[in-house]
Amino acid sequence: MAKKEALLTGTHFMNGDIACAEGAIAAGCSFFAGYPITPATEIAEHLSERMPEIGRIYIQMEDEIASIAAVIGASYAGLKAMTATSGPGFSLMQENIGLAVMTETPCVIVDIMRGGPSTGQPTMPGQQDVMQARWGSHGDYEIIALAPSSVQEMFDLTVEAFNLAETYRVPTLLLADEIVAHMWEKVVIPSAEKIRIVNRKKPNVSPEKYMPFMPDYDLVPPMACFGEGYRFHATGLTHDEYGYPKTSSSEVQERLVKRLCDKIRRNTDKIIRVEEIMLDDADIVVIAYGIVARAALSAVKKAREKGIKAGLLRTITLWPFPQNQIAKIEEHAKKIIVPEMNCGQMVREVERAAKSTLVVFLSKLGEEPHTPMEIFEAIRRNC
Amino acid sequence: MVQEIMHPLSKYLREAMIPHIWCTGCGNGIILNCFVHAVDELEMDLDKLVVVSGIGCIGRSAGYTNADSFHTTHGRALAFATGVKLANPELNVVVISGDGDLFAIGGNHFIHAARRNMGIKVICANNFNYGMTGGQQGPTTPLEASTTTTPYGNIEHPFNLVHLAAASGATYVARWTTLHVRRLTQSIKRMLQKEGFCFIEVVSPCPEIFGRRNKMRTGLEMMDWFKRASVVENFSDPSKAEITPEKLVVGEFVNIEKVSYEKFLHEKISQINERKVGW
Ligand SMILES: Cc1ncc(C[n+]2csc(CCOP(=O)(O)OP(=O)(O)O)c2C)c(N)n1
Ligand code: SF4
Ligand SMILES: [Mg+2]
Repeated sequence: MAKKEALLTGTHFMNGDIACAEGAIAAGCSFFAGYPITPATEIAEHLSERMPEIGRIYIQMEDEIASIAAVIGASYAGLKAMTATSGPGFSLMQENIGLAVMTETPCVIVDIMRGGPSTGQPTMPGQQDVMQARWGSHGDYEIIALAPSSVQEMFDLTVEAFNLAETYRVPTLLLADEIVAHMWEKVVIPSAEKIRIVNRKKPNVSPEKYMPFMPDYDLVPPMACFGEGYRFHATGLTHDEYGYPKTSSSEVQERLVKRLCDKIRRNTDKIIRVEEIMLDDADIVVIAYGIVARAALSAVKKAREKGIKAGLLRTITLWPFPQNQIAKIEEHAKKIIVPEMNCGQMVREVERAAKSTLVVFLSKLGEEPHTPMEIFEAIRRNC
Repeated sequence: MVQEIMHPLSKYLREAMIPHIWCTGCGNGIILNCFVHAVDELEMDLDKLVVVSGIGCIGRSAGYTNADSFHTTHGRALAFATGVKLANPELNVVVISGDGDLFAIGGNHFIHAARRNMGIKVICANNFNYGMTGGQQGPTTPLEASTTTTPYGNIEHPFNLVHLAAASGATYVARWTTLHVRRLTQSIKRMLQKEGFCFIEVVSPCPEIFGRRNKMRTGLEMMDWFKRASVVENFSDPSKAEITPEKLVVGEFVNIEKVSYEKFLHEKISQINERKVGW
């Protein structure tokens, strides 16, 4: 049987949603469950065609709650799994994102951010889900979120999201804005040897000795899957290393929840990625992500042309938040400018990390992201 | 030498999780017992069995079964099970959960899993209320029944679960009570051997809360009602399968063949690939 190619190595012209879908395929995603929503629908449409032709699973569920639940189930049955949505669907997923955190389920959740709150502006871009991504589910937890700025990064960071999810057994979010998802750009898909793929650690003990939630030195437990003979139990209740509910032990609660946080917190150096442009001598630093970072780059270059020592810090990783990188800027920068397509979300984290450096916030809502000129003007006013 | 005698079915239970949390006179233990008997009689491979449940008293069943098991969020067992079954169709995926879990918060997942004919086997313990949270009204609470949130009597019409399951497309639909141990076990066996979406409602006593408030203080009194009122009406119209103090219709209502979602999907996948060969 001639199967279609899974990996479309070569140079393509595609939109961000399709690049994300192809990134998932490249990462080894074998299960997609979703529910249509603008501006993420093209991911599902593309995968509904691609997944069956390469022998993988696509299903449209009855809502986003079901989609994320099915993704968790597929991951426990051994497949790399993903869902994609936008703000309203992302809100519906929150309880089960907590379940994925608690049961340490590797999975990827794509949120293409549109204008909110509520149904808001379905076809317009936004960066309004940054805090929902961090705190949307109840209880204490850490999560990973990546913010692509280009169509190429929609591909690359989707692969990366799977790798992080599999490494840390944590739901990993791709937090993209509508513009990055809908614009068309060149995408280079490398050959298989050039793509780093990480698969979850498997247990190397017999089923009798297997403790499904006993972590290794890196705080991540090896993961058996259903049907492999380990016969283990997993629950959203607070559980011990055997996976058995321990709903009234303070000690188990403390040990489990702290480990869930620490497996991310202790590895921030390995997880966090930022792009630093002309930062070394910068007096004034713009911190931006997603589509806004591209306008910010033009603005910073223009400022340099005018003799202003400006620099850009692009936060590719939004969560865990790159606070050390920001603390470093604080040593030389006099001011920090944060343009965001919301009413002030990441800027709160920047203020916390920057401590004494003055932080200027540039808010913009609606159809257009900040123009390079608007950011340049802000740099000029503040230098 | 003292020899420890093991219960012949103990290998099906995760003994480290026992004692269970259920009250004296609760029907949940009977349901679990019938289930493991069915698994035993069919000599099912425990390594290929996955038991999934939602939240509720009966929802603890997944943890008590010595197979791969998952205790999901409230209402989401079927959606989770859908992912499991599609990811690995070789697995026998069984959902054991409550009336509130499957038909209130999870009602949407139920009708859609049945409509798709997902190869999942569902056992619902219908105890007419939310046991775990202390006995509130739920989607199967009978009219005029007293619960902790219907102190003046329930004014909501209950679902007829077998009618709902049949109308949604289930290929096997039955109702028993915890009194019908033998028939329930046979029914579970039948369901476990079928291909598509199957549903068994087990009317189950919750003497501790529902019974206490409705003049049936003990499990025995609730079983008395089942004994007095039950009539077996196999393959009768499920829409007429009433549950009233006077009459409790039990039996098998549906047993049909229909291609399951996962089989359909895998047939499609091979067709797509065959077509591609010629291009
Ligand atoms: C989202 C959510 N809402 C509410 C609850 C509280 N809750 C736990 S069990 C339950 C009802 C369970 O009823 P049922 O499914 O009939 O099971 P039973 O306890 O009767 O066996 C509720 C409402 C919850 N855990 N999660
Ligand atoms: S509350 Fe009712 S359903 Fe729950 S364990 Fe007790 S008797 Fe059983
Ligand atoms: Mg109940």
